[in-house]
Amino acid sequence: MPEQPRPSVLKFENATVSFDGVEALADVSFEAFEGESRVILGAAGSGKTVLLKTALGLIKPDSGKVFAFGRDLTGMREVDLSRVRARMGMLFQESALFDSLTIEENVAYPLLNQKSVACPPDQVHRRVVEALDFVELGETLEKFPSELSGGMRRRAAIARAVVTGPPLILYDSPTAGLDPITAHTIMALLIKERDTARTTTVMVTYRYQDGNLMANFRYNSEQGRLELARNGSRRDLRTTFMVLREGRLIFEGDQERLESSTDPYISKFVKQRE
Amino acid sequence: MLDLLKAPVLAAQEFFLLTGTAFRNIFRRPHYGDDVALQMDYIGVGSLPIVVLTGFFAGAVMALQMSSALKQYGQVGRTGMVVSITLVRELGPVLTALMVAGRNSSGIASELGSMKVTEQIDAMRALGTDPVQKLVTPRLTATMVMLPLLVVIADFVGIVGGWLIAILFLNLDSRQYFTSAWRAIEMKDVAQGLLKPLVYAAIISLIGCHYGLRTTGGTQGVGRATTQAVVAATVLIFITDLLITKAFV
Repeated sequence: MPEQPRPSVLKFENATVSFDGVEALADVSFEAFEGESRVILGAAGSGKTVLLKTALGLIKPDSGKVFAFGRDLTGMREVDLSRVRARMGMLFQESALFDSLTIEENVAYPLLNQKSVACPPDQVHRRVVEALDFVELGETLEKFPSELSGGMRRRAAIARAVVTGPPLILYDSPTAGLDPITAHTIMALLIKERDTARTTTVMVTYRYQDGNLMANFRYNSEQGRLELARNGSRRDLRTTFMVLREGRLIFEGDQERLESSTDPYISKFVKQRE
Repeated sequence: MLDLLKAPVLAAQEFFLLTGTAFRNIFRRPHYGDDVALQMDYIGVGSLPIVVLTGFFAGAVMALQMSSALKQYGQVGRTGMVVSITLVRELGPVLTALMVAGRNSSGIASELGSMKVTEQIDAMRALGTDPVQKLVTPRLTATMVMLPLLVVIADFVGIVGGWLIAILFLNLDSRQYFTSAWRAIEMKDVAQGLLKPLVYAAIISLIGCHYGLRTTGGTQGVGRATTQAVVAATVLIFITDLLITKAFV
């Protein structure tokens, strides 16, 4: 029996974004499907963040189209974009927690402000606590972002991104600037979220190790830790790698193809693997 | 030549669009009452000490300067009149606005600029909030409510400053000073004195927000936005002062 095609979650169709005449994204096309993980590799300034912001509708492409959940974002009004964005979670590179709000208020923000989420006020606190427990920050409710370390802020931002249970989550360099242990903790949380909530994941990073973890590990909910996924055990959760170079998509394919690529730019990323 | 004009024209367009949206949002839901109250406290109550000081010394200096000029005509008794007219029509609104611009245009630009460079503005949009509704409109509303009140306080304190000079150094009678000051003020002076702060309030808050929201280039960009906001607000206050005064004279 033929496998049912998965619904498209995010689709770029020849999208080009320019700033002051310089192309940050040039004719980018790809399509991500439900349950899929996308790892987008690229050096600084390659257009990774612009790609995620375009996917969220925060930046409009100069040409081409961007679809999320089958809806064209390019001509959409801000009010309609809000409804689509409510189905996406986003982890910003610098966490982007609101300085003037406590961690509890930060994590509650999407529940209280995204109209289509419609969370009853009496359930907000419970859901915030659940989200913070998920990232093991249950004791930081009353703290302000400035009182937390960089890694803790990143975890709080993950809690804010997942608190509404969005089917698509975008991660902008989730491990950038973190020490290896904290970076591993963050990646474990991302994989835990992907495997427990079955979310579609788009992660941009310059660290190949992060993509390797995403592609080859799964979260064991019984033991509460990551484990190597044996061959065939993650057939339903495909990880696709993409490589961006100066705004252009120069590679799209699985890890095997990525590692066998002879392109010098791509090889530089793969060689990071330890 | 056209390329040189492109950036300022684009900035002006952005400013007018922001102005239109911010004013329209006053009548649109959601209303962020808590933010308005917070900004009223910060902009209004927070600026009170500096506005009181400025008003007091402006009135006192005005009384001293004018008395020496009036003395030549034997009209020292009219010092109260000159002080009150000058303060209500001109010095009260302009000096208060300049003080608040220095304090709050920069404050707004740096706060919003920091939020912009740390992606908090993007996060706000991503999380379903219109940054203009949440950040700009409350600051505009709060400044437009508080600046006229601050001007009234500055005018009053300035007249008191002039009175102290009058009784201590000019040997004037208190009753004579206050009667002269009170009688000199006409309705059109009050109208002018209250219209000006409303316009200045819009300039101070919107210029601060405009430069804050278009900040680029990290912390250096925040510093640049702050300086530009104060300079632009100050220049615009003087330009609009001339235009409004011309309309009344």
